[in-house]
Amino acid sequence: MPLLLELFLRFFYVGLFSVGGGLATLPFLREMGEKTQWFTPAQLSDLVAVSESTPGPMGINMATYVGYTTAGLPGSIIAVLGEVAPAIIIIMIVSRVLLKFRSNKYVDWAFYGLRAASAGLIAVSCLSVAQLALFKTDVFAATGSFFAAVNYWALALAAVVFVFLRVFKKVHPIVFIAIGAAAGIAFHLIAQV
Amino acid sequence: MKMLLQLFLAFAKIGGFTFGGGLAMLPMMQREIVEKRGWATQDELFDYYAIGQCTPGIIAVNTATFIGCKKKGLPGGIAATFGVVAPSVVIITVIAACIQSFQDVPAVQWAFDGIRPAVVALVFNAVLQIGKKSLTDLFAVLIFLAVAVLAFFTNVSPAVFVLCAGVLGILLKGGKRRAPSA
Repeated sequence: MPLLLELFLRFFYVGLFSVGGGLATLPFLREMGEKTQWFTPAQLSDLVAVSESTPGPMGINMATYVGYTTAGLPGSIIAVLGEVAPAIIIIMIVSRVLLKFRSNKYVDWAFYGLRAASAGLIAVSCLSVAQLALFKTDVFAATGSFFAAVNYWALALAAVVFVFLRVFKKVHPIVFIAIGAAAGIAFHLIAQV
Repeated sequence: MKMLLQLFLAFAKIGGFTFGGGLAMLPMMQREIVEKRGWATQDELFDYYAIGQCTPGIIAVNTATFIGCKKKGLPGGIAATFGVVAPSVVIITVIAACIQSFQDVPAVQWAFDGIRPAVVALVFNAVLQIGKKSLTDLFAVLIFLAVAVLAFFTNVSPAVFVLCAGVLGILLKGGKRRAPSA
């Protein structure tokens, strides 16, 4: 299959099945990375950071990034078109039957289960991001010790950022990304001395 | 044609000046669409948002499509959608181009060593917020746990979980409704 067609179809699939926007696309991107080898889990994690700290909807940012790294500028445009195409089609239909859709109990019940599933999928994505950032898999493989493999420095940083997030709810995510970047550079500079 | 251009520009502004998408875009939409342009009422905007949140796709895109559709039908929906995604495509493409060539710079790698734990905190916080909103009773919590465990230990596609949970929601809620009368 031509690469651009594959990009379009794969992102069409993501757009069709991810409900709840932004981070809801994360589990699907993980699946995509495993299947196509277009990006590694580590790259996916960096991609979340880039998407969070740039303007625009996160899901679109992620699609653009994957599209660009896979097939350049045409790739980024095709990936975004693929991701928004199902939404345009579905919303077009829904907007015509808006009232019926809103008051339909079956739709309501389906979304009740669907939102819970979506939350579960995002929680697992969070675990895999955490595993990558806070856990030295190679150390664990070598020593078999869970506690030796925890990256305590990263864990502490994540905890501090989380506390800040809960305390300063109005502060923009980009601030926390910037703090993380500064802390990372500072840590390595200090470690080198 | 002029209306289509206006839709594109208004949504490009919204896309270009909000970070994080989704709910972060609501205040900006309110100001640009409801207050400044009067393209939708406050209530309509919330309705679109609610539907955008539970239909497939990205919330901001869904809302843009809705408002575009309302103003100018299919072409309007497409113009608004392209507007909301255009800034992302431009900005991310530039960043992706830079990051690829800067990837070997140590400072960039160090920065990402710190950014990754920060992202863990951001994603964890989002999970808490989503959980608070969607896990309204015991059944929802059970679906959440079942999906989380299965997704963690198996390689089943996320789409399967979403579809099954939708069916399960209908069965659970429908069964609950009938139970008292039976």
